[in-house]
Amino acid sequence: MANYRIHKTEYIDETKRVSFKYDGKTYFGYEGDTLASALLANGIHLVGRSFKYHRPRGIVSCGAEEPNAICQIGSKKDLTEPNVRATELELYEGLEASSQNCWPNVKFDIGGINNLISPLIPAGFYYKTFMWPKSFWKKVYEPLIRLSAGLGKSPTEPDPDIYDHKYVHYDVLVIGGGVSGIIAAKMAAKNNFKTLLVDDKKILGGSTIYQNNESIKIDDKLSSEWLKNEIQEIKKLSNLTIKTRTSIAAYHGYNFLLAKENLTDHLPEEKKKNKIRQRLWKIRAKKVVIATGSIERPLVFNNNDRPGILLSNSINKYLDYYGVTCGENIILFTNNDSAYETSISLHKKGIKNIIVDLRKSASSELIKQAESLGIKIYFNHVVTNTFGYRKINSLEIMKLSEDGNTTIGDKIKLSCDCLGMSGGWTPMVHMHTQSGGKLDFRDEDQVFLPKENSEDQISIGSCNGDFDLENIIDKTVNKINKFLYIDNQDYQDTNIICSKENDKRNIWLLPNKIPLGKTKCFVDFQNDSTAKDIKLALKEGFRSIEHVKRYTTTGMATDQGKLSNMHALGIIADTAGVKMGTLGTTTFRPPFTPLTFGTLVGRNVGKFFEVVRKTSMHEWHVKNNAEFENVGQWKRPWYYPKNRENMHDAVQRESKAARDSAGILDASTLGKIDIQGSDASEFLNRVYTNAWSKLAIGKCRYGLMLNEDGMVYDDGVTTRISENHYLMTTTTGGAANVLSKLEDYLQTEWPELDVYLTSVTDHYSTASICGPNSKKILNKLFPNLDLSDENFPHMSFKEDKLENINCRIMRISFTGEQSYEINIEAKYGHSLWKMCIEAGKEFNLTPYGTETMHLLRAEKGFIIVGQDTDGTMTPSDLQMDWIVSKKKFDFIGKRSLYRSDTVREDRKQLVGLLTDDPKEILEEGAQIVLDVKSKPIDMLGHVTSSYFSPNLNKSIALAVVRSGKTMKGQKLIIPMENKNINVTVSDTIFLDKENKRLNA
Amino acid sequence: MFLINCPFCGERDQSEFSSGGEAHIVRPKQPTELSDDEWAEYLFMRKNIKGIQFERWNHVHGCRKWFNVVRDTSNDKILSVYKMGEKPPVNYK
Ligand SMILES: [Zn+2]
Repeated sequence: MANYRIHKTEYIDETKRVSFKYDGKTYFGYEGDTLASALLANGIHLVGRSFKYHRPRGIVSCGAEEPNAICQIGSKKDLTEPNVRATELELYEGLEASSQNCWPNVKFDIGGINNLISPLIPAGFYYKTFMWPKSFWKKVYEPLIRLSAGLGKSPTEPDPDIYDHKYVHYDVLVIGGGVSGIIAAKMAAKNNFKTLLVDDKKILGGSTIYQNNESIKIDDKLSSEWLKNEIQEIKKLSNLTIKTRTSIAAYHGYNFLLAKENLTDHLPEEKKKNKIRQRLWKIRAKKVVIATGSIERPLVFNNNDRPGILLSNSINKYLDYYGVTCGENIILFTNNDSAYETSISLHKKGIKNIIVDLRKSASSELIKQAESLGIKIYFNHVVTNTFGYRKINSLEIMKLSEDGNTTIGDKIKLSCDCLGMSGGWTPMVHMHTQSGGKLDFRDEDQVFLPKENSEDQISIGSCNGDFDLENIIDKTVNKINKFLYIDNQDYQDTNIICSKENDKRNIWLLPNKIPLGKTKCFVDFQNDSTAKDIKLALKEGFRSIEHVKRYTTTGMATDQGKLSNMHALGIIADTAGVKMGTLGTTTFRPPFTPLTFGTLVGRNVGKFFEVVRKTSMHEWHVKNNAEFENVGQWKRPWYYPKNRENMHDAVQRESKAARDSAGILDASTLGKIDIQGSDASEFLNRVYTNAWSKLAIGKCRYGLMLNEDGMVYDDGVTTRISENHYLMTTTTGGAANVLSKLEDYLQTEWPELDVYLTSVTDHYSTASICGPNSKKILNKLFPNLDLSDENFPHMSFKEDKLENINCRIMRISFTGEQSYEINIEAKYGHSLWKMCIEAGKEFNLTPYGTETMHLLRAEKGFIIVGQDTDGTMTPSDLQMDWIVSKKKFDFIGKRSLYRSDTVREDRKQLVGLLTDDPKEILEEGAQIVLDVKSKPIDMLGHVTSSYFSPNLNKSIALAVVRSGKTMKGQKLIIPMENKNINVTVSDTIFLDKENKRLNA
Repeated sequence: MFLINCPFCGERDQSEFSSGGEAHIVRPKQPTELSDDEWAEYLFMRKNIKGIQFERWNHVHGCRKWFNVVRDTSNDKILSVYKMGEKPPVNYK
């Protein structure tokens, strides 16, 4: 096997050999490698197939911008992870990775046929080719695309790893630990700012850390040596926290940033165990310094996507940092000076290389150095084609015309086994724009630069468009001094010598004799879109960059167009004949690199997924076999199955028992608001539709609360406990919103009212006992309490003691039965419940859940806000005009009750429905029509509540129906998938219209 | 994620607050005397300004107090915070 590791570096530990599997085959690398560097050391460039044409693709870069080397890690159902960039993945013993984008395998795959039929896959091919017939989408196109595109596999079982979240506050956050970030962090920390420096790599230093060109020196040392010394210095600073392997995922407003710290991804399997895998840092920083650097641009020419074609600077890093050469016969194709650094590095290690430069000439120190080393340079030349199927083996170059628009002269064919390309540098302005910053365009080298517009963030270094070392250091020092209002002199006497680039020439789409239609000039490698696609989109009338992007899918893959966006913009600008700066850019959205769901949710999994509220009786319900229903955050008993009953049977039994003898419900979850103050009565008058001033002390009243738009918002019973003291109950789900709404009116509209609101929902537990024998059970619990109807009638309130503990007892009913609600301090709730159950034994006191409660109230025609109402129902729509006071001058929502829309006769109104077949139970939500023959069918309304009533031995339902009030006796139809159900409109009250049971 | 300076508690994360929309819309004292159009104006019509907007916020997971905020909706910068009943700062218009 070929070994491309040609020299030792301090970053690769050759004493620690690491074995790993790639596509099922075992290879070796060393500690310090990334998967990409280890593959290259083994001579492997081919790592996948392209998305649309299934062309062979190789490693292109050495960082987060990698479009091709996307892997699936591991194969375990719970731990496998897709979309991992091999260029960022640190190698560890036992790593198993496979190339993601190929099927059936990387060397031969069926999708390669797409390459041959590529004229049929133009821009917008999804929209054009796969449009019709519609039914083909689900069964033919989508599975095919998914299979052949191989977008990676999600784990199918829960993630067993531990993830963490941490909130931190800093004076200064520095993003990026390259030379400018290190200087900024040092200046900040030394001037008493509590500083955090984050970098996504394993070690600090950016690209300067492996810089070894003699022409670039700081204080007479190699820049890398000087920087290592700086790093040693900052590690001693007590004010500075350094986090490596930590990348900023999102930069939100008010300097709130999310950073992902990788803690164990680089460790072998057995060392990962029981450790936190990743930590999401939630950072608030007073000031943020962005030093995220820049990434090298590819060049757009025919067949620029073959394996073995990399970014020039990546070739340099693989060589000088990892000790790996990407080839033995390398050509560097460039439009700027940086490829010369790569060339000189390669030359020093004895790797044969030549340079093809778009520029007519160039004259910096670096170029002179290359020339003096005898490196062959073709100035004013362009690569027009490349050859080689699984790896590049040769290419063609031609001379450029004076204006750069065409090629001239003869083709020169050059052989090679690797091509480095450098189209200049793109500042990483993602963080700046995510924070809300705007961009300026610099024509000279065609870069978007951060526009300084805020006092709490700044960009420095090459992400700010400063590319040579002298510029970077001088400007960083000046800007940081100004930004932090300090006067740091540490770098005053630093002596920097570096090569200065003097010549530039940029051509977004390189010229070629071959017509564009017959070339493959890739712009976006990951989504396989070409220059031709972009031109076609323009031809078809797309103008906005956002539209072209979506139509061609350029920049829409997991790399978010880090390498492709600038070229797409450049080609659009050139084609449309507009200045590039005027086009704007596409939006950079978080996350900068993909995040796992685990990192986002942290510890909020399993039991901690959501807050759970339990009543103090909860344990009893669990012990007694209750099935639970979620109501908001509350766990409420739904029904209590006995002897393997199903829900229907349990509910039939529970509801029959409640009507025949006695039932008991845990009503603790109802919202409870304690209202006190000398204006409490007036306040209730204003918030409920009915009158409250005359409610006697010790009495209860049902109230309906509206929104200002006249629609029913909440309901519940409120009790007058003393002159200036009420206890309001709300629906379980509405408690928090009602309190907020009441506070809103009190604080903002009626601050003159002397009223205080306190939520006491959690402070009291409530057992509600109903049924003909409820009075007897109450008598056993409270023998001294006079329960006679004269002393304690329906809708009244008493206080008594249960073993010395005070209880508030309301005789109120949601079931239509005689019913008592016993409230006790929550800590005694469980005891209260057990005592009730004990006392009720001889009366077959049956615990019932929310389902039976719903059925019992439906028999009586009581509404449930949120089930029978949906924010569009007025009291009149609910046939509850009786509860709206005509006398009151005002209450919330009153004026809306006679707007032209709310007084319409043909609004949807609440009615009862009886099925012609009494055994037929309607589906809640089912549509109601008058006539199924006329098309389109006119929808009159829908079923809101539906049950089989064991007490009436028939099916009953509530529904909202247009003009329902006038329809009693009307036959209607409920069309279902297989049949039409005939129903008749009825009264909403199905049982005991005379309230005999209530007052019995 | 805003950092909001509650006039009663100090700077807190946005997640503790809920927004209550445009500020200084006074509920009419005598709604019954208003025409449908006038009532609809109060009930439904909001300015939805791009730029400097006066709005209400509630420290719902804190002190539960409502208060006013002056915010530039174009960049989300909060320019001023003041209590209910206080006059809006005059330098923003
Ligand atoms: Zn507060």
